[in-house]
Amino acid sequence: MRHTAGTLLVGLAVVAAGIAVAMLRVNPYLYFAGYVILQYVVIATAWNILGGYGGYVNFGTPAFFALGAYTAVVLIQWIRAPLPVLLLAGGLVSALLGLGIGYLTLRLRGVFFSIATLALSIVLQTMIMNWDYVGGSRGLSVLRPSGPPFGNYVVFLFTVMVALAVGAVTVARFIERSWIGRGLSALRDNEEAAECMGVPTLRLKLFATTVSGFLLGVAGAPFPYYVTFVEPNSAFAIDYAVNALAMPMIGGTTSWIGPVIGAVLLGSAQQLATVTISSEMNLFIVGVVLVAFVVLAPEGILGLVRRLRGR
Amino acid sequence: MFSWDLLANAVVAGLLLGGFYAAVSLGISLIFGLLDIANIAQPAFLILGSYAAYVMNEAYGLDPILTGILFTPVFYLLGALVYRVYYGSFERRGEESLRGLVFFFGVLFIIEVSLSLKYGVDYRLVQTGYTGKSIEFGGVGIAFRYLVPCVVGVAMTIALYLFLGRTFYGRAIMAVSQDQGALRLMGADPVQIKTIAFGIGIAAASLSGALLISIAPVIPSTDRDYIGRMFAITVLGGMGSIGGTLVAAVILGVVESLMSTFFGPSWSLAVSFGILLAALAVRPAGLFGR
Repeated sequence: MRHTAGTLLVGLAVVAAGIAVAMLRVNPYLYFAGYVILQYVVIATAWNILGGYGGYVNFGTPAFFALGAYTAVVLIQWIRAPLPVLLLAGGLVSALLGLGIGYLTLRLRGVFFSIATLALSIVLQTMIMNWDYVGGSRGLSVLRPSGPPFGNYVVFLFTVMVALAVGAVTVARFIERSWIGRGLSALRDNEEAAECMGVPTLRLKLFATTVSGFLLGVAGAPFPYYVTFVEPNSAFAIDYAVNALAMPMIGGTTSWIGPVIGAVLLGSAQQLATVTISSEMNLFIVGVVLVAFVVLAPEGILGLVRRLRGR
Repeated sequence: MFSWDLLANAVVAGLLLGGFYAAVSLGISLIFGLLDIANIAQPAFLILGSYAAYVMNEAYGLDPILTGILFTPVFYLLGALVYRVYYGSFERRGEESLRGLVFFFGVLFIIEVSLSLKYGVDYRLVQTGYTGKSIEFGGVGIAFRYLVPCVVGVAMTIALYLFLGRTFYGRAIMAVSQDQGALRLMGADPVQIKTIAFGIGIAAASLSGALLISIAPVIPSTDRDYIGRMFAITVLGGMGSIGGTLVAAVILGVVESLMSTFFGPSWSLAVSFGILLAALAVRPAGLFGR
C-alpha cells in the first residue's frame, strides 16, 4: 500500500514538474518537440504491455493511434466535444479494436499475429481514405477550441501529454508487478506450458491487447488538435509502427522503465535529427539503431546496464 | 455500370496480374513457406530490384528484365549475407520468433528509407519498347505491359518448381523444411542449404522487382502494398507449395482487378489483407496445405 502511495507521489511530482515547465514559456518549439517525445512514451509503453510482457509483436500501432485520432475527429466534427471526452472516447474505441485482435490471438500466433495487425492497419487506412466525413484521403482541417485553460494551446496539450505519459507508465508498472505481469511473461515464454499450469492465457491476452489498445488510442486522441490538419498518411505513418517497437527494444522490454528510456533517447534523437539534418535521415537512424540493438544487445540498454553491474 | 465487356476485361487483366503476383510471391513462398523464416523485409528487396532496373535503364538504357536477370547474383549474395546475420544472431540462439521478426522489420525500414534518401519520393517508371502496345481479342484488350511480366512470372514459377523437385539442392531445400536432423544424416549442412534457399528467394526479388517497375510507377514505400499481397498469396497457396502460390496469385489478381474495376482502385489493397485475414482465420493451412 505504501508502495502505491509512493508511486502516486512520484507520478504527481512529474505532472507538477510538467506544469511548471509549461509555465516557463521557453522557446515554443520545445513544447512542440516535448509533446512528440511524451506521445512516444505513451505509445512505447502501450506497445510493451502486449509485445514486451506478452510476446505478441504488434505491427499495427498506427491503426490504434489513428483510430484514437479519427474518433476525436468525428466527435469534433459532430458535437465539438471537449478534450477529456475525446481522450476517453478515443481510448475506448481503440480498446474495442484491441479486444478484437485479442480474440485473433486464439487462431494466430507469432508471425501470423504480427502480419494480421499490419493488415489491420492498412485495411483501416483504406477505409478512412474512403470516408469523406473525416476528410477522406485529402485530409481535414481541425480548429482548436479557443481559450485553453492556460498558456497557449500547444503548451496546454504538452501538459496533458505529461499526465497521459505518467498514467500510461503507472498502468504498465502496476501490470508488471502484479500477477497479470507474471502470467503474461509465462505465456510469452511458453504459451502451452502456461496454459497447462492453469494460467488463464486467453483472459490475460485479452486484457493486454485491450489495455494496450486503450493507451494507444488515448495517445492518438489529442493528435487532431496538435497538428490541426489530419490526413490518413500522417495519422497512419509507419513511423509509429517502427518507433513503437524500436523504443522498447532499445530501452529493454522486461521492465516499465525500458520503453521510457527508449522513447526519451530515440525520441529526442529524432527531434534533433529532424531539425539539424532531415526527417528522412532520422528514420534511417531509427532503423539502423533498431537492427544494431536486436543483433548486438538483445536485452536493450537495461540488459547492458545489468551486465555491467554483474561484473 | 455493369457490362459483360467490362467483366471480361477485368478478368483477363486479373489473370495477367496474377502471373505477375506469382513472380512477386515466389521468394517469400520459399523463405517463409518452406524455411519458416518470417522475412517481412522481402517486399523491400522487391523495391530494391525495381530501383536497380530503373538505375540501369537510366544509365545504360538496359531492358528491365535483362537487368533483373543480371542482378540476380548480387541479390543472391545479399540474401545469403542477411541470412547469415539472422542465423548467427537469432536462429542459433533460438530467439528467432520475436527478435527475428523485429530484425527483418528493421531491415525493411532501412532499405525503404535509404531508397528515399537516395532517389527521393518521386514516382519512377521504366518505359520499354513494348510498354504501350497491346493486342485485342473480341473486345478484350491485352496490354503487353502486363502480358510480358505474366509470362516471365509463370516461367519463374515453372523453373522454381522444377528446381525444387528435380535437383539435389532443390530436394535438400524441401527436406530442410521438414526434418533438419534427417538432412544432416544425409550429409548436407542445413545452414548451408538454408543460405542457398534464402539467397534464391532474394534473387527472385531482383527479377520480380524489375517486372514491377515496368508495370506501374514505384516509390520507396510501395513495399508496404506488397507485404499484404505476398503473405496473403503464400498463406492462401499453402505455405511453400509452388503450384499453390501460382493459383493463389491468380485468385488474388482476379479479385483485385474486379474490385478496382467495379468499386474503384483504392479498394484493391484491402482485398489482399481481407483474403489474408480470412485465410488465416478459416483455413490457416491454405488451399494446398499439407
